Amino acid sequence: MNTRDSISDSSLSEVRREFKGERGDLIPVLQRVQDIFGYLRPETIRSVSRWLKISENEIFGVATFYAQFRFHPPGRHHLRVCLGTACHVRGGEQIFMTAEQRLGVGPGETTADGQYDLDRVACLGCCALAPVVAFDAKIHSQMSVLKIQRILDEHKNA
Amino acid sequence: MSIRTLDERRKKAASKWADLQTSPAPLIFIGAASCGLAAGAEDVQEAVERYLKKNKIDGRIIQVGCIGPCYLEPLMDIQMPGQPRISYSNVRPSDVPLIMESFFEKKEVAKSRLAGHLGDVEFDGIPRFFDMPMLKPQVRIVLRNCGIIDPDDLDHYLARDGYLGFEKCLSLPWTEILDTIKRSGLRGRGGAGFPTWRKWLTCREMPSEQRYLICNADEGDPGAFMNRSLIEGDPHAVLEGMLIAAYTIGASQGYVYIRAEYPLAIKRLKKAIVQMRELGVLGQNILGSDFSFDIRIKEGAGAFVCGEETALIASIEGKRGMPRTRPPFPAVSGLHAKPTIINNVETLGTLPNILRQGAEWYAGFGTETSKGTKTFSLVGKVRRTGLIEVPLGMKLREVVFDIGGGTLKPFKAVQTGGPSGGCLSEEFLDTPIDYEHLAEAGSIMGSGGLIVVDSDTCIVDTAKYFLGFTQKESCGKCVPCRVGTRHMVKLLEKICDGRGELADLEKLEKLSRTIKNGSLCQLGGTAPNPALTSLKYFRSEFISHVKDKRCPAVVCKSLVSYRVIAGKCTGCQRCVSVCPTGAITGPRSEPHNLDRTKCIKCRSCYEICRFDAIAGDAIIIES
Repeated sequence: MNTRDSISDSSLSEVRREFKGERGDLIPVLQRVQDIFGYLRPETIRSVSRWLKISENEIFGVATFYAQFRFHPPGRHHLRVCLGTACHVRGGEQIFMTAEQRLGVGPGETTADGQYDLDRVACLGCCALAPVVAFDAKIHSQMSVLKIQRILDEHKNA
Repeated sequence: MSIRTLDERRKKAASKWADLQTSPAPLIFIGAASCGLAAGAEDVQEAVERYLKKNKIDGRIIQVGCIGPCYLEPLMDIQMPGQPRISYSNVRPSDVPLIMESFFEKKEVAKSRLAGHLGDVEFDGIPRFFDMPMLKPQVRIVLRNCGIIDPDDLDHYLARDGYLGFEKCLSLPWTEILDTIKRSGLRGRGGAGFPTWRKWLTCREMPSEQRYLICNADEGDPGAFMNRSLIEGDPHAVLEGMLIAAYTIGASQGYVYIRAEYPLAIKRLKKAIVQMRELGVLGQNILGSDFSFDIRIKEGAGAFVCGEETALIASIEGKRGMPRTRPPFPAVSGLHAKPTIINNVETLGTLPNILRQGAEWYAGFGTETSKGTKTFSLVGKVRRTGLIEVPLGMKLREVVFDIGGGTLKPFKAVQTGGPSGGCLSEEFLDTPIDYEHLAEAGSIMGSGGLIVVDSDTCIVDTAKYFLGFTQKESCGKCVPCRVGTRHMVKLLEKICDGRGELADLEKLEKLSRTIKNGSLCQLGGTAPNPALTSLKYFRSEFISHVKDKRCPAVVCKSLVSYRVIAGKCTGCQRCVSVCPTGAITGPRSEPHNLDRTKCIKCRSCYEICRFDAIAGDAIIIES
């Protein structure tokens, strides 16, 4: 076992105590691991594979199926633009394009300075206040092209 | 804990609730569901806390769920001693001191931002909140507690006859409960509308040591948030429903499969489950009976297809969420190959009401074939947006115009059933909302998203949006769904870009049939619906895109252009300052010039002209 493996193994011990280690625990385990590390590293997947006795291939197959899992280090801040139906008909797509332009990255990407992640999200469930975006944990409602620019500019300058 | 001690606890809770109604201390209720928080409820609460502290007032703040009219958020209610709860809408933090001063210093009801009072009888000439045009036609059964009680306080739920329905169950054989549900006419509220009792019976009759109950809270349908609101506003109602269902089908283990995108709902559920354990309605030998049941929460990981029963089961088992062939249906062989019942949040939330008030009472609402009430999220281009509950059989027109207050621009269509449903035009406004009539019109009831669109919404673009959604969410198992939806998106993109031909419309229809016939699950089976209904009811709009290369709603980017109206432009330079490409130029105080070759149609100039500039409407978008 190389050193990187043992590092992730020791952090995993915390996770191990929370679960029985059954097959059905795979997705909650990956969610917990992502909570801790921010993303799924190949080494962690290897450790989970040994622990749950599921092949790395299969774990990768499961993880890539779900939109929630990421395989690259996340940026420090997370901008999610909602593109649910209500947001779409109220101009969500235009807000997403503005965010793309301002940050200079596409969906699922992180800015070069590691500051911002940009994502499209299917629905945040705040449809009555559409269009909405989630900047980190805060949801901003009734967005406009100018409002999203202001939020990003103010954050950058803060 | 026995039934007797539960009754005693309920009595105590009832007196606590009664004390709250006659509280000697002022109470301030804040609508703090996700929608309220998004609208700024936290800032309002902070302003209230600041005011109370500064003026040394011994007031109590209670967070409640969503009461329904989300367009009025943030909502704040004030209950002074001897007065009913008085509700204020669209409250900004800066409004708080004024409202408070009126109550605490002038000793009179504040008039600004007043929405109505929540009392039963006439008070001070103030209108009743529930008499507002949006709320009056509604029948609140599932939503009876939402926005009224503190969802984190079990006593509030108990005081309003909480767990009484389940308590009744314990003294009845399962056959009798099944019969009650049968007589109530309850059908699955997740969308398909299958009679709840029939599914349950199949499961119960399967010989098995272990049966499972799953609450489907994977509300992935974009534009729908009924389940989120119900869980956030009244989590115990859903959990009590799970107890009733589990007792009837003989399940000992339950799961709530909920979207990770709903963190507040998850938090509420977790807390409620701990409270259930303390109350003794979860675990071994519940309330001294031989019924044992436990509930675990499984968070979804972001896959729309997991709302499909067999995919959801695969996901709980730790696999890729891909549907499988049915039969066997989950009621026969589901989770870990054991008989499993999957019920929607709303179906479960309805059960305690039916058990408490009786099957005949519930069946008194709705139509012959679709009984009871249904919650809908009324959103889009409608004036009054929010969460509503109406008896089934109400006409679309009543929902859109009486409850929703109509649209600002001329009404165009109402989209029901989300990505599996269809766009219904004006001629369908008198269609009663029930399972049969919506299906006849080519749409479906779905889980309850009602998205209203007006003349500013392009139907072709909307169809492209839905197909784009299902294409991304297709699990990839069946080729017609995986590849077919991709081709449909490409064709729709071509039409929106102005490169479409008439033959493309036929191709779309042909592909739709292939996808419908060749897909295993309902994601693929219904994916073409939005395109098919749009083609049927709004063909002229497609023709405009294809033949005239025009987008009548002025939405499709390739077909629109921006223009400055020289006669209106005052030359205030606001648009110049926001244009990211330098397409707008012109000296101050003179009409500006817009260079179309540089314009990327980002809409910044249009917005700033409408909201911040002097002229207000000097920039137009045309097609």
